Amino acid sequence: MTTPPSDQRPGRSDRSRWNWLLLLPVVIPLIPALYNHENPRLLGFPLFYWLQLAFIVLGVGCTAIVYRMGSRGGRDGR
Amino acid sequence: MSEHIVEIAVFTVLFAAVSGMGFVAARWRRPDDLASLHEWGLGGRKFGSWVTWFLVGGDLYTAYTFVAVPALLFGAGATGFFALPYTIVVYPLVFLVLIRLWSVAHTHGMVTPADFVRARFGSPTLALLIAITGLAATMPYIALQLVGIEAVLKTMGVTGDLPLIIAFAILAAYTYQSGLRAPALIAFVKDSLIYIVIIIAIVYIPARLGGWGTVFDAARAKFEASPAPGDGWLLNSGNQLQYVTLALGSAMALFLYPHSVTGVLAARSRGVVKRNMAALPAYSLLLGLIALLGYMAIAAGIKPITTDGKTDVNTVVPLLFDTMFPDWLAGVAYAAIGIGALVPAAIMSIAAANLFTRNIYKEYIRPGASDAQEAAVSKVTSLVVKVGAVAVILLIDPQFSIDLQLIGGVIILQTLPAVALGLFTRWFHRAGLIAGWAAGMTAGMVMLYNIANPAIKHEHFGGSAFPLAKLGLDTKVTVYAGFLALAVNLAVAAAGTLIARAAKAAEGVDATRRDDYFADEGDPRVHDIELSGSH
Repeated sequence: MTTPPSDQRPGRSDRSRWNWLLLLPVVIPLIPALYNHENPRLLGFPLFYWLQLAFIVLGVGCTAIVYRMGSRGGRDGR
Repeated sequence: MSEHIVEIAVFTVLFAAVSGMGFVAARWRRPDDLASLHEWGLGGRKFGSWVTWFLVGGDLYTAYTFVAVPALLFGAGATGFFALPYTIVVYPLVFLVLIRLWSVAHTHGMVTPADFVRARFGSPTLALLIAITGLAATMPYIALQLVGIEAVLKTMGVTGDLPLIIAFAILAAYTYQSGLRAPALIAFVKDSLIYIVIIIAIVYIPARLGGWGTVFDAARAKFEASPAPGDGWLLNSGNQLQYVTLALGSAMALFLYPHSVTGVLAARSRGVVKRNMAALPAYSLLLGLIALLGYMAIAAGIKPITTDGKTDVNTVVPLLFDTMFPDWLAGVAYAAIGIGALVPAAIMSIAAANLFTRNIYKEYIRPGASDAQEAAVSKVTSLVVKVGAVAVILLIDPQFSIDLQLIGGVIILQTLPAVALGLFTRWFHRAGLIAGWAAGMTAGMVMLYNIANPAIKHEHFGGSAFPLAKLGLDTKVTVYAGFLALAVNLAVAAAGTLIARAAKAAEGVDATRRDDYFADEGDPRVHDIELSGSH
C-alpha cells in the first residue's frame, strides 16, 4: 500500500504494545478445559457458569486498560 | 384471557408510552431537517457514550436473544451458554477494527459496510454482493423480533394476528418519521426495564426455588435422565469444539451485520466507540444471568406452551415470569421483552434500507440521487422491509425464520475478508474476494443443508453444528459450519488473489488513504464518496 502525501499530522497510528492485552480476553474464554468442570462451586454455581461469568471482568479490564493507555499516549503513537 | 388482565394492562400502557416517545424522537436534538441519510439513518452521527451504549446494547442484545438463549439452556443445557463467551470475546476482538471503520466512514461519509468495500476495492460488483449478503442476513433477523413479541402475547393468552400487526404498524410509523433517533431514545426505557426485571428475577426466583444450588441440581437431573447425546449441564468431548467455534464465529460475525455497523457509525468520535467496547460487556453479564432463567424454568417445572401439537420452547421465560411474579411485575417483564423487540427491529430495518438506498438504488438505479432523495427512498424501504417481515411470520411457519437466521449468521461471516480484513490490508484482489465469497457461501449452504435435527423434525438446516464425520473423519466432534465456510472463503480468496495478480487483472482504485483510518472528531471530512465515479 502506498502512502500518499498528507496534509494532516504525520505518523498517526493505533499501534501500541498495550494492544496485545486484547488477546487475553479473546483466547482465555475459548479454552473449555479451564472451566468445563463442576467443582469448585461458588454460591451454588458450578465452575462452568461462575468462571465464564467472571471472564466478563477480564474482558472489561483488558479493554479499559488498552483504551486508557491508547488515549494517554495521545495520537503520536506509542 | 381474563386472568391475565393486569399483565395485559401494564403491557399496553408501557408499550403505548414508548411508542409516543418514538414519534417525539424526531425533535430530539433538533436537526435542521431529517432529509439526509446522515440525519435520518445515522441520527446526525453525533451520539455520545451513553446514547451509543444504550443504542448498540439495545441493538445487539435483542428480544429474541432474551427469549431464545434461556430456551436453549432449557432444552440442551451447557451448549446454549456459548452466548456468554461469544459476547465476551467480541469486544476485544473488534476493538481495533471498529475504530478504523469509524474513521474511514467518518472521512468519506460512508453509511454502510458496502460503501466501504466500494471505495476500498473500487468494485461495484463486490459492493453489491456485500450489500445483498447484508440484506439477506438482516431480513430474517427482523422477522425473529416478532417471534419474541409473539411468545409474550401467547403467554398472556392473546391470540390472533391483529396485535402483532398493530405493534409493527406503530413501529413502522415512528421509524419512518424519526429514523435512528427513535430506537436511540426508546433504548433508554427498554434497557432500564430489562435491567430492573432481571435483577429482581435473579434474586427473587432462586430464593423461591430453594437457592442457586437447587436450580443447577435440577438442571443436572434433567440432562442426566435425557438420552440425547448433545445435552448436559457441562460440555462433552463431542461438542466442545462446536462451543468454541460457535462463540468465536458468532463474535466475528456480529459487527459485520449492517445494523451493528449502523449503531457504531452513529457515534460522535473514536473515543465513544472505544469506551463502549469496554462498557458494553455489562450487557453480557445481563445475558449470562438471563440464560440461567432457562435452568430456573427447569427447577420450577415449567412446561412450554403447545399449540396444534407444536411445542413453542420460546415461551418458557414468559411462563416462568407468569408463575413466579405478581401480575403487575410480569406485565412489566413482558413489556420489557416486547419493547426490547422494537429497538433492534427499528435499527435493522434502517440498516437494511440504507443498504438498498446506497448500494443498489444510488449505484444502479439513480446515480445522481440527492441527499433528500436518498432519505426518502430509505424511509419507504424501511416500511417495505417491515411489511415483509410481518408477512413472513404470519404466512410462513416461524420456524422458517429461525432457520433463515441460522443461515444468516453463516453468510454474513463470508463478508469478513472484504470488510474486516479490508480495513487493515489492501492485499486481497477484488476478483479473489468475489471468488472467496462465492466459495464460502456455497460451502456454508452445503454444510447447513447436511445438518439434520430429529428434535425439530428437520432432515436439513437443522442447526449449525457440522459433524466432522461427514467429511469422512472417524469422530463425533462437531464444528460451527460458518467457521469452516470462512476457512474455505479465505483459502479461495488468497488463491484467487495470486491468480488475478499473475494474470495482471485490473486492481481497482483505492479511494481511501492511510490517514483516513485514524481520523477523529473535528477532522475535515472529505465529503461523500462519488459512487458513480471510477471503475
